[in-house]
Amino acid sequence: MIFSTLRVVVPIVLALVAGGLILLALGKDPLAYYDFVVQRGLLSWSGLQQTIIRSAPLLLIAAGLIVAFRAGIWNLGVDGQFLLAAVASAALAPLLIAALPSWLTIVICCAVSVLVAMSWSLVPAFLKTQYGLNEIITTLMMTFLGISFANVLIKLPFNDPDNTVPQTMTLPVADRLGRLFDTTIHGGIIIALVAVLITHFVMTRTAFGLRLQIVGANPRAAKHAGLNVGRLTYATFALSAGLAGLGGAVEILGVWGTMRADWNPAYGLLVVPLVFLARFNGIAVIALTLFFAILMIGGESASRRLGVPNFYVLVLVALLLIFLALVEYLDHLSRRRKKA
Amino acid sequence: MTPAAGRAPAVALRGITKRFPGVLANDAISLALHGGEVHALLGENGAGKSTLIGILAGMLQPDEGHIEIAGARVRINSPHHSLRLRIGTVFQHVLLVNSLTVIENLMLGGAWWRRHDRRAALGRFGEISQLLGVDIDPHVPAGRLSLGQQQQVEIIRALWHGGNVLVLDEPTSMLTPQGVEELGGVMRRLAEEGVAIVFVTHKLREAYAFGDRISVLRRGRLVGGIAPERLRAMGEEEATNEIIRLMFEDSDGADAKTLVREGHGRRARAEFDRSGPAAIGLENVVTAAAPGECALGGVSFSVRPGEVFGIAGVDGNGQKHLAELLAGQRPALSGTIEVGGQPAGPGGVAARRRLGVRYISDERLGEATVAGHSVATNLVLKEIGAPPYWRDGMTQWRRIFSHARHVIEEHDIRTPSEHTLLGRLSGGNIQKLLLAREISTDASVVIFNKPTHGLDLHNTRLARQRIVKSAESGIATIVISTELDELLELCHRIGVMFAGELRGIVDNQAGAEARIGRLMTGAKAA
Ligand SMILES: Nc1ncnc2c1ncn2[C@@H]1O[C@H](COP(=O)(O)OP(=O)(O)OP(=O)(O)O)[C@@H](O)[C@H]1O
Ligand SMILES: [Mg+2]
Repeated sequence: MIFSTLRVVVPIVLALVAGGLILLALGKDPLAYYDFVVQRGLLSWSGLQQTIIRSAPLLLIAAGLIVAFRAGIWNLGVDGQFLLAAVASAALAPLLIAALPSWLTIVICCAVSVLVAMSWSLVPAFLKTQYGLNEIITTLMMTFLGISFANVLIKLPFNDPDNTVPQTMTLPVADRLGRLFDTTIHGGIIIALVAVLITHFVMTRTAFGLRLQIVGANPRAAKHAGLNVGRLTYATFALSAGLAGLGGAVEILGVWGTMRADWNPAYGLLVVPLVFLARFNGIAVIALTLFFAILMIGGESASRRLGVPNFYVLVLVALLLIFLALVEYLDHLSRRRKKA
Repeated sequence: MTPAAGRAPAVALRGITKRFPGVLANDAISLALHGGEVHALLGENGAGKSTLIGILAGMLQPDEGHIEIAGARVRINSPHHSLRLRIGTVFQHVLLVNSLTVIENLMLGGAWWRRHDRRAALGRFGEISQLLGVDIDPHVPAGRLSLGQQQQVEIIRALWHGGNVLVLDEPTSMLTPQGVEELGGVMRRLAEEGVAIVFVTHKLREAYAFGDRISVLRRGRLVGGIAPERLRAMGEEEATNEIIRLMFEDSDGADAKTLVREGHGRRARAEFDRSGPAAIGLENVVTAAAPGECALGGVSFSVRPGEVFGIAGVDGNGQKHLAELLAGQRPALSGTIEVGGQPAGPGGVAARRRLGVRYISDERLGEATVAGHSVATNLVLKEIGAPPYWRDGMTQWRRIFSHARHVIEEHDIRTPSEHTLLGRLSGGNIQKLLLAREISTDASVVIFNKPTHGLDLHNTRLARQRIVKSAESGIATIVISTELDELLELCHRIGVMFAGELRGIVDNQAGAEARIGRLMTGAKAA
């Protein structure tokens, strides 16, 4: 327990320290920066709300990645799946709201978004089961395609002519995902938390989850044991993409109400290292995602304040990845020395 | 043939101790490996042989003790380092990259900055193949080879850089009798060139025939051995008795007499109803061939409840396809399969299991188990979703674990606990787990593919008893084996595979052995 906690904490601390050194080299005060991050991301009321709001899509993407990674499928196409699902909700919601109550609009939009994301993952799933093509490559390709395709959709069929910038029509604020109590936090965080917990439960406590894990661990053994590897592969892709797609829907229906062309937060690739750091454990993912959201939200205001480029957060993520790998490697070495 | 008395050993292990969580795998073992000597290392399943070899190969570091090479103390840090010290190792479980061709696998060890010289590699491949007397297509993906052939490739790899010490962990378990003889010849030749050879086996006959010196491990300790002079002076029976005494003394039911007798000769077989309907029948079944695989070209036979039907033949003559076909893992191109009198559709493994067909694969780690999951999970691997271990899709971990504890106890599977990862078990103990898993559920047809490979004498005997007992309970039993002795001991009838065809079916009576031998070389049944 202590050991596994250390394995998470050490890379984070190292990344923060190394990131601080880079700030120093840029002539900025790292302590001031981090202080700002914590103040704005965690300790101020509005910052905390934003942090929680930001966690929602991150958590849903993380849930999708947990399913895929546990099943040994490297779905790196969550960003494409997320975006197209977002387009679906953004395009559909303003139309439906004219005829339907807002709760029904939201439910339908979420469902359609999930389906869109799922079908976007059909191609890599098909290529993998049928021809054994590596999904890392195909899902990444599908994301590139998806980004362009989302743009085309927004600029052409779903463009709102009343707006000068290319974007979809807007869902009125009152009709978006419900707020929690008196806050600005929308209900998406609840959906996300439930999704992560259910995912964790399904993966560790059910026959279905174990089947996915067996396929992931040794596909030949899965076949030998009578599991339908092809069908489980499709199921994995569909669930993984579906959860990421739900993330896209929640982000649109909860926060923006519309989608602009060229909007691509690229959360997916940020979440991948988190999910690894959490060792595919849903509970750990929740904690790490919160930490990460603080960093993102706090980092955005800190950057503005101290004149650090906004993408400095990305630098931290990269450092985190590097140190994660390094700690893992050193740990592996010392184990070999010591015992096994 | 000249064990160098007085000369410093090529490699000396001094007081090697290795602990794993819950097990003392090696307990202060001191061994000397001499150039020019074949050192047979024996011991029951889980005795610590592979662990000791892992230490020699640089895969594991000892907790205590050290290794000396040519008198100098060394620390073998990595498998690569071990190779540089000219220790070549063939591990118990094949470690080839399935998607790469044989020659690519062999070239993998080369330095990455140097150009890979394919022509030279092929030359070296030819050289060693000739030395070993094996015939393998170097351009076929390794995954397509039979296990026996894969093992030969591993031996070639171990010799690739010119070994001073060659370590073979159960190399014969996959070979045919002829292959074993050939390997013996190879070891002899290498020893004559001064190579020190470590040879792990569970077959005492081989240890006696090929070994110059014998050492016996038991529960991690070196319990004794036979020095070359003594061994040469001993007859086979005397040596065998001595080894069995060292290996199993005091274990109940494992006295020398029963163990040695069992291996030879036919046992009295219970009769079954020869006129009754077949439990499983094949009619002219053909499978699709992929390059390097031996497919089935029109196989027909049937097995009745209670019958033990053997499949003999040199490894790689279609046995794998046959087993997979029966188990539902592989579709038939044409022909029919009937189980219990009804056509068994193309429903795959799950459907075949519902008809009561069970298959024990010969690829313990490749397909039969999931190494990264617990022993307990592996015991219920083929029942995922079914009661009582799952209820409404919910995993009843508590039940699974207690079931596992029960099986571990009953089948004497040596593992620290049911939570231990399967990959940590010794080879023989994984095999015990497989047998326990498949025989414990109710079945109508069971296919055993090399059921006792990797088991020690005692466990082999227990496994064969279980096979016979399950057949006596009315299960149609198919035993695929490259060991003729095993088939002669267990089976009522024996079919001989050659080049994907069943060349003939022989009633297991006096003289069967000779007829089977003839059929195995491809002769048609008269
Ligand atoms: N990596 C590991 N982690 C934990 N325990 C291990 C590991 N490797 C081996 N063991 C344990 O050490 C003991 C000795 O195993 P080893 O593989 O050396 O036996 P062996 O003599 O080769 O047996 P076999 O004849 O069955 O191959 C076993 O109890 C095994 O479970
Ligand atoms: Mg072993």
